[in-house]
Amino acid sequence: MADLHFSDAEPTASERRAVLAALSVDEASDGAVVVSHPRVVRAGMQRRKRMRHQLLPALHALQREVGWISPGGLNFVGRTLGVPPAEAYGVATFYEMFRTEAPTHELSVRHVCVDPICALAGAAPLAEHLRSQGHAVHECPCLGQCERAPAVFIQGRREPDRVPADGSGPDSLLVSVTASTAEAPSLLRQMIGRDRGHSESMSMEAYRERGGGAALDAALRLGTDEVISQVTAAGLSGRGGAAFPTGIKWRAVADGGGPKHVVANIDESEPGTFKDRLLCELEPLAIIESIAVAGLTVGAEHGWIYIRGEYPLATQRLRQAIAQARGAGWLGDDAAGSGQPFDIELRRGAGAYICGEETALFNSLEGFRGEPRNKPPFPTTHGLFGRPTVVNNPETLLNVNEILRIGPEAYRSVGTEGSPGTKLFCLSGHVGRPGLYEAPFGMPLGELLGLAGGVQGTLTAVLLGGAAGSFVGPDAETLPLSLEDTRAAGTTLGSGPVMVFNDTAEMSAVIERLAKFFRDESCGQCVPCRVGTVRQHELVTHIRRAGGPTEPQRELLGDIADAMGDASICGLGHTAASAVLSAMRLGLLGDTA
Amino acid sequence: MTRSCESPRTEDETAQVTLSIDGREVTVPEGETVLAACTAAGVETPTICWAPNLTPVNVCRVCVVELEGSRTLVPACSRPAEAGMQISTDSERVRHSRRMVLEFLGSANDLSQASEIADWSRTYGADPARYEGSGTRGASGGSGDDDGGSHEQPGPERVDEPVRIQDDLYIRAYERCVLCYKCVEACGDDAQHTFAIAVAGRGFDARIRTEYDAELPDSACVYCGNCVAVCPTGALQFRTEFDLRAVGEWRPDDQAVTRTVCSYCGVGCNLELHVQDERIVKVTSPADHSVTSGHLCIKGRFGWQYVHAPAFEPPTTSAAEH
Ligand SMILES: Cc1cc2nc3c(=O)[nH]c(=O)nc-3n(C[C@H](O)[C@H](O)[C@H](O)COP(=O)(O)O)c2cc1C
Ligand code: SF4
Ligand code: SF4
Ligand code: SF4
Ligand code: FES
Ligand code: FES
Repeated sequence: MADLHFSDAEPTASERRAVLAALSVDEASDGAVVVSHPRVVRAGMQRRKRMRHQLLPALHALQREVGWISPGGLNFVGRTLGVPPAEAYGVATFYEMFRTEAPTHELSVRHVCVDPICALAGAAPLAEHLRSQGHAVHECPCLGQCERAPAVFIQGRREPDRVPADGSGPDSLLVSVTASTAEAPSLLRQMIGRDRGHSESMSMEAYRERGGGAALDAALRLGTDEVISQVTAAGLSGRGGAAFPTGIKWRAVADGGGPKHVVANIDESEPGTFKDRLLCELEPLAIIESIAVAGLTVGAEHGWIYIRGEYPLATQRLRQAIAQARGAGWLGDDAAGSGQPFDIELRRGAGAYICGEETALFNSLEGFRGEPRNKPPFPTTHGLFGRPTVVNNPETLLNVNEILRIGPEAYRSVGTEGSPGTKLFCLSGHVGRPGLYEAPFGMPLGELLGLAGGVQGTLTAVLLGGAAGSFVGPDAETLPLSLEDTRAAGTTLGSGPVMVFNDTAEMSAVIERLAKFFRDESCGQCVPCRVGTVRQHELVTHIRRAGGPTEPQRELLGDIADAMGDASICGLGHTAASAVLSAMRLGLLGDTA
Repeated sequence: MTRSCESPRTEDETAQVTLSIDGREVTVPEGETVLAACTAAGVETPTICWAPNLTPVNVCRVCVVELEGSRTLVPACSRPAEAGMQISTDSERVRHSRRMVLEFLGSANDLSQASEIADWSRTYGADPARYEGSGTRGASGGSGDDDGGSHEQPGPERVDEPVRIQDDLYIRAYERCVLCYKCVEACGDDAQHTFAIAVAGRGFDARIRTEYDAELPDSACVYCGNCVAVCPTGALQFRTEFDLRAVGEWRPDDQAVTRTVCSYCGVGCNLELHVQDERIVKVTSPADHSVTSGHLCIKGRFGWQYVHAPAFEPPTTSAAEH
């Protein structure tokens, strides 16, 4: 690589300090990384790549210290990590949480969610109120706190990030239909009714007393082939939205040559989804255990957690759990006595829905822009750092723990033939008791709404699957919530959000906001999605103002949808028109003039 | 400098794969793309972000084809050809997506100097004007002042950028930029390894930028002009061409192209001198030339000015000392 060229801008002393503290580098060695994580070295990467994956942590450090990514700070990061400044700038400008212009204040920034559920719950007046009190306010997409809307996240300036609701207010509601029978799978069983804030219950001893560690023991006892065949026999499919069979994914990576990676995808940014946040906050050691199970099963040495930047409490608890797991010998050169090395590193995202897409996540983690890669090749052969990689949602991983606990037969005793097990549903909006609900796959939508205290007022529509999902009308109360039934009905469960709207919600405003969400969150890489999401949003805005679509507008929306669905690179573009089209079919955008 | 187009293929006895393009069987070496197979089958495929001398980034999506068994269309330019693939290049779905990609670009960018894209737009019947008034043409009440507010109904958002003229070598007119990434590739891993430019921002606001949009002489740019040579839209343009176009004197049809070898050093880069009215107006290098793969350095690219000027002075940029 050619020598890099930097401008004359120099970092301030505090910028240097902040970056070096975040990177574990030794300044005496002229900025070269000397104490990079040992297993990264084992990955056999070129030096530049070895360091570049620390770009996001470095940018986070600058942003927190001085409120922006200054030219001097960027130069320092670029020199230290061997990243050309134009590329580092391209990365910094990709994320919602980084600014590249000097701030006009010294304040921490209050991110206020303006997505549909929070909008219904008064996000706009809240933002106004905060502004009037002199706070810096940044309006943002779903913060994954829809059960306690309106949501706020505070991005700290020289102080830790925090979520005001984490320290106050009632605990979020957890309900599980399967928790009462020990032989049935239940992810929430051990979390329900526990004193959540209590650090005692977060200790390794307490976790072991609740049965923690059993999955790891079982995985080591059974060995790779048996674990994978149990996961396959249980019919486990991914809970992150795409419902890919987990056994097939694990088998492919287990068969690949080392070095290999396992990534827990905790970017959770689908509007209406907050399950992963609660799982990580309530049982972080189970998440760590499940990642270790995945890693040791497929023979990966490297585990990664990629968690969205707006989840400070979950991040803190996962970090603590990683430390506890190292202390207990679960992680390290001889992980859990397996004879294999395995360790976990945690990385925070910085505000970009697209980074939940698995290949965008890899790029983001590697220190590049979070742009999805074309598939094939798939992550099972060319994943993180180009190596075979298992990427799973934490709900998927916890289901593996359950399968190992009760066996595939018992696991299949709940759910449907095509969708065994339970699903976590995130209920928000106009229901009696918003919260996290665990129900067997196949439960009719109406029954789930009933569990949550029923619809408040008169139901207009339910948005299943979030922004990437689709609206169903009141007649869908009998729809069984299984993968196969929702697919047959032309809708989707996605990652499990169930957003409920009654007749007081201005649906055209909700739909316009969803269209805006995709316009804002498109990475911009491919033409169908970069321009299509903009045109779609413009059209929906016009239609809303006119009170209904014209025939040419319907046609145009359909044309845009077809192109985005067919020709885009990734799932964001493929699904960007689904909610809008379903709304139009249900007449939620008004009737055709 | 590494050669681009390094594919994992071995030179010797490559395995062949046979696939079907629009019902016709074609055989190509393993590792070739569907695009190459289309070409072998005599099917012309529109491309914007693909170039023979750059790694495919598959972002424009104008080359998509229908692959039997695939839920979505696939990009011909980067999809490896596999034995038994059934490819349709002219189905309704393919024509629709190609038309929409071209229409989207036409609605967002100034394509007046992108003659190839304009040709394809005609072929596929792209109608960017459909988005004027965002599809409200023919609608009653489409002007949108329904609630009495003063809503200015803006037209479809376009890439709105001033022309940047910083020096005598090349200009940047990003309102024409379709974000094909070619310049970034040429400046980076694929040729120059200078990394002076990258994509910054996200979504529709994404732009080609130096860090903090620094002026080129303050950036890492070494004025090799490789980015200009690969740009398909005239967003990057040699100053000579820009000036001649400004006075209506850019006449590619009247230009003679002479091939020669660069005299500055011993590497042996082939140059193509584009001559109009007995003056050199542009220097390129053949993309298939074994030494350059189409890429040059500042001397070969711009050093011809001495032919016309009394005394050649290299452009004054620190980075140009390279
Ligand atoms: C735009 C987009 C965003 C996504 N966001 C997430 C996410 O936040 N969490 C997640 O687990 N999967 C997300 N996915 C799905 C992942 O690409 C991937 O399928 C998933 O992490 C695989 O894990 P699983 O098999 O356990 O579901 C997203 C996909 C797309 C297209
Ligand atoms: S579909 Fe959208 S988000 Fe996905 S790669 Fe294309 S532009 Fe980016
Ligand atoms: S002229 Fe050369 S160095 Fe400068 S931006 Fe273009 S490709 Fe990069
Ligand atoms: S400037 Fe030209 S080469 Fe670069 S991305 Fe834009 S259109 Fe492509
Ligand atoms: S936190 Fe506001 S909609 Fe999810
Ligand atoms: S030419 Fe294939 S995606 Fe651009």
